Amino acid sequence: MPNTQSTPGNGHAAGELPEPRIVGFFCTWCTYLAADLAGTSRIKYAPNVRVVRVMCSGRIDPQFVLAAFANGADGVLIGGCHPGDCHYQEGNYNCLRRARLLKRLLAQLGLEEERFRVEWISAAEGDRVRQVIDDMVEKLRALGPLNMKQQQPLVNIVPQEHALEGVWL
Amino acid sequence: MTQEKPKVAFYWCASCGGCEEAVVDIAEEILDVVAAVDIVFWPVALDFKRNDVEKMPDGAILATFLNGAIRTSEQEEMARLLRRKSKLLVAFGSCSHLGGIPGLANLFTRDSILQAVYFEAATTENPEHVLPGSVCGNNGHGELTLPHFSEQVRTLDQVVEVDYYVPGCPPLPNIITRAVATLLGEHLPEKGRVLAPDDALCTECPRKDSKPEKISLKSFKRPQEILINETECLLAQGLLCMGPATRAGCEAPCVNGNMPCTGCCGAPGRVRDQGAKALSAIASLVDSRDQEEMDAVLASIPDPAGTFYRYSLPGSLLNHRRAL
Repeated sequence: MPNTQSTPGNGHAAGELPEPRIVGFFCTWCTYLAADLAGTSRIKYAPNVRVVRVMCSGRIDPQFVLAAFANGADGVLIGGCHPGDCHYQEGNYNCLRRARLLKRLLAQLGLEEERFRVEWISAAEGDRVRQVIDDMVEKLRALGPLNMKQQQPLVNIVPQEHALEGVWL
Repeated sequence: MTQEKPKVAFYWCASCGGCEEAVVDIAEEILDVVAAVDIVFWPVALDFKRNDVEKMPDGAILATFLNGAIRTSEQEEMARLLRRKSKLLVAFGSCSHLGGIPGLANLFTRDSILQAVYFEAATTENPEHVLPGSVCGNNGHGELTLPHFSEQVRTLDQVVEVDYYVPGCPPLPNIITRAVATLLGEHLPEKGRVLAPDDALCTECPRKDSKPEKISLKSFKRPQEILINETECLLAQGLLCMGPATRAGCEAPCVNGNMPCTGCCGAPGRVRDQGAKALSAIASLVDSRDQEEMDAVLASIPDPAGTFYRYSLPGSLLNHRRAL
């Protein structure tokens, strides 16, 4: 059940809010298989995540995370292998190193901590996918939309000849 | 009749004036430039007025070199005027290219900046509550109004179309002379190009041979905290050197001065967000597999946004602090 009790302080009445959109970057060796397992096990979880399959959580460039937020994501979820289990030895540790620093950068840019999450989910943990996604969706509902994209076109004080078109990638 | 020389203009917006110095810094070679072109507008050095520009037909100027970011209505108007009058508009220096140091103001809201500057600063006395946009006197010809102050700092290409970029804070003489030669030459590069090599600074760093295959660090150092070795890779010494995520072309004067690169030339073309890329490169050097220990090592970077986006916050993917 959608949580209609949330009170996001952005002028929307409860219940009118758009559903949170999460971009998930899932490692193909673990979390992606776990999501697959959740599917074949008919586990029900919130449909709010768009999954991008990557070869390793170490492949996730912090630019991917920022691009997701800049293009309308309300949250970004990274799923990788448990420490010690990386198919490429060091990938998930590199992911974590970057994520720890990126978290601080995002805080400086005004993004709430709950919007960016890293989870270790093995291929056997189908139910963990459900727990993490349901929990994240609930927290994002409480926060309300990020609206980074809407905030992009800046106030123009002189009549505009060339409209600023959001983000170019 | 002699052939008319190409017309060139220089202008400044939200900047420190260093870019104007940089033009003069090209020393004797400036005489070659002056001989080759006709400078029709350069407020810092020549007595032409905005009126003179307005009277020119559209597209009369071959190239305008505009430095500085865009913050006020006056800067925005001048950027639009010069865009209309110029065949080529060149964003000159970090501020117009990516936002530069003034762009760090995007970490604060417009209101908090105005409050601090116009009311709270210890040296400010403002009983009439003058603010940007206020009428602030009469010079005999009419009322004088301060320009308006926009929500955020913008790069030049977030306001008008830009043809080329000359990177650097300020651009170095070798970059300027090569850029000018390119623009006066017969074959113009593809529109939108940054007029500097498209590679990371590490590739032309004088210390590149001392860069180890793998760097692992237990803490990051600030330049004043250590005696910096004059030949060893600065990253390997624990200094936050932005070389891996910064465009080459400057020939590393900071490294030659025994200081780490701070990233003023922006990122190479295949990188969309310099700060994220620099953060990625630096964080990967942390020598730990334990989250708490990683956090402790990374705590020696006190200001990630100011470090990684020192010159590029407005031009970055998220480009400002979100109001909560």
